[in-house]
Amino acid sequence: MIAWIGTVIDAVYVVAVIAFILGLKAMSSPETARRGIAYAGAAMFAAVVATFFSPGITNFALIALGVIVGGGIGWYWARVVKMTAMPQMVAVFNGMGGGAAAAIAAVELLSSLSNVANAGLSLAGAVIGSISIAGSVIAFLKLQGWMRQRPIVYPARQPINLSVLAIGVGFGIYAVFRVDTVYLLPFFVLLLTYGVLLTLPIGGADMPVVISLFNALTGIAVALDGFALVNGPLGDAGYAMVIAGVLVGAAGSLLTLLMARAMNRSIANVVFGAYGATEETGVTMVGTMKPIEADDAAVLMAYANQVVIAPGYGMAVAQAQQKVKELADLLESKGVAVKFAIHPVAGRMPGHMNVLLAEAGINYDKLFDRDEINPEFATTDVVLVIGANDVVNPAAHRAGSPLQGMPILDVENAKNVIVIKRGQGKGFAGIENDLFYKENCRMLYGDAQQVVGKLVQALKKS
Amino acid sequence: MAADIWTALFIAILAAFTGYEIIGRVPVLLHTPLMSGSNFIHGIVLVGAIVALGIATTPLEQAIGFVAVVMGAMNVTGGYVVTERILAMFDRSKKKGGPP
Repeated sequence: MIAWIGTVIDAVYVVAVIAFILGLKAMSSPETARRGIAYAGAAMFAAVVATFFSPGITNFALIALGVIVGGGIGWYWARVVKMTAMPQMVAVFNGMGGGAAAAIAAVELLSSLSNVANAGLSLAGAVIGSISIAGSVIAFLKLQGWMRQRPIVYPARQPINLSVLAIGVGFGIYAVFRVDTVYLLPFFVLLLTYGVLLTLPIGGADMPVVISLFNALTGIAVALDGFALVNGPLGDAGYAMVIAGVLVGAAGSLLTLLMARAMNRSIANVVFGAYGATEETGVTMVGTMKPIEADDAAVLMAYANQVVIAPGYGMAVAQAQQKVKELADLLESKGVAVKFAIHPVAGRMPGHMNVLLAEAGINYDKLFDRDEINPEFATTDVVLVIGANDVVNPAAHRAGSPLQGMPILDVENAKNVIVIKRGQGKGFAGIENDLFYKENCRMLYGDAQQVVGKLVQALKKS
Repeated sequence: MAADIWTALFIAILAAFTGYEIIGRVPVLLHTPLMSGSNFIHGIVLVGAIVALGIATTPLEQAIGFVAVVMGAMNVTGGYVVTERILAMFDRSKKKGGPP
C-alpha cells in the first residue's frame, strides 16, 4: 500500500518537473507564454497535493491552515494590486520564497544539526534565503515609496557589511561544530541584517538588476534546501526542489546578467557600487535647455511622418500609459507612424515598460528593442521622451562620464526631440543630460500624465 | 556523505544547463513574465515547507515550519496570479483589434 502511494507521488514529481521545464520554455514566445504558465500552475498544484498526502507527513491541520492563509493572502494581494505596482509585487513574492527557504533550513538545522553534510547544505540555503527575503523587503519598501529610492550610504560600508556577513556565517558554522542550536539565533539575525545592509545602498534605477538577482538567489536557496532534503524521509520532494530551484537560479542569473550588460556594468558594480549616490560635478554644459509649449509640440508631431515614443520610469510614476495610448491612436489616425523605443533597463524591473504599455492596450508589434530602433532615429521626425533620462543620455558616448559605454537609445539623432520631464533636475544617476542642451531638443515640463493629456487635447483641436 | 546528495548534484548540473538553454533568446517584451514565471516556479519551496512542517516535532520546529508554509504558499499563489495577469495583457486572441 505504502509503496504504491510512493510510486504515484514520485510520478507526480517527474511530470511536474517536465511541466516546469516546458512551461518556462513556452514563456520565450508571446504566442505560447500563457499556455506555459498554465502548465506550470497545474504541475505545482499536483506536486503540492502529492506532498500533502505523502506517507510520514503529520501536522495536517497546521499545513492546511498555512496553505490557506498564505495562499489566500498571496492570491488576493496579487489580484487587487495595480499594474503600476508590479515591480514591488514581484519583489515581495520573491522575498516570501526566500523566507520560506530560510525557514525550511532553520527547521532542518534544528532537527538534524549533527548531520554535518545536511547541516552544511542547510546553512548555505539559510544564508542565501535570508539575504533574499531581507533584500527583497528593502527593495519592496523602496519601490513602494515607503523608503527613499536613492542609495543610502554610510561610512566604511564595505568593511561593516562584510564583517556582518562573516560573523553571521561564523555563528552558523560554530553551531554545527558545537552541535548547539543556540548559536543559530545570532546566525539568522546577522544574515537578515546583511540582506538589509546589502540592499540599502542600491538605488531605484538599478532595481531591474537587483530584483532579477534576488529571484535567482531564491532559486538557488530552494535548490540548496532540496539538497538537504534528498536523503531525508521524503527525499524525492528534495529532487523536485533541486531541479526547479536550479532552473530558476540559472534562468535568473542569465536575466540578471542581461540587465547589467544593458547598462554596461558588472553585477558586482550594481550591487556594491552605490551607483548614483554622488552627483557629477565639474562638467559645464554648452547651450541652454529650451522649453516648448504643448500646443507647439502637438503641431510638430501631427505633421511628422514618424514619431517614436521613448518611455521611462517617469511614465510609470505618473501612470501616464493610458494617455500615451490615446496620443498614439490620435497620431495614427492622422497618418503618423508611431513606434515605441524600449530600453531594457527603463523602469524598475526587467520589461517594465512593455508591461505598462500592454496594460494600456498598445499592441506589442509597436514596441521595439534598443537595437532594433536605434538605426531608425536618423529618419524619425519627432522623438517624444516621456520620463526617461539616463537611458537617452548621450553622455554615454563621452569619455570620462560615469555613464560612458552604456548602450543608450540614440534619440539625439532624430530631427526633433521633445522631452517630457517634471523639472530641470538631473537623472537618477545624478549626471547632467547632454541631450537636453542639444539644438534639436525641446523640454516640455510637467507631470507626464497631465502633459500628455494636454498633447491629446491639442491634437484633437487641430 | 550520502549518495543521494551526489545524485542531486548530477541533476542540478543538468538543470542548470537546461535553464540557460531555455531562456537564451527571450525577447525584452517577455522579461517581466519570465522573471515572474520563474518566481512562481521557485514556489516549489512550498513542497519543502510542507515536508519540513510535516515531519516537525517540537513546538519551535512547528512554528517555524508553519511560517515556511505560509510564505511558500504566498510565493506560489502570488507568483502565479502576477504572471497570469501580465500574460493576459499580451494575449492577442482576447483583443478585439485596435481602434480605427
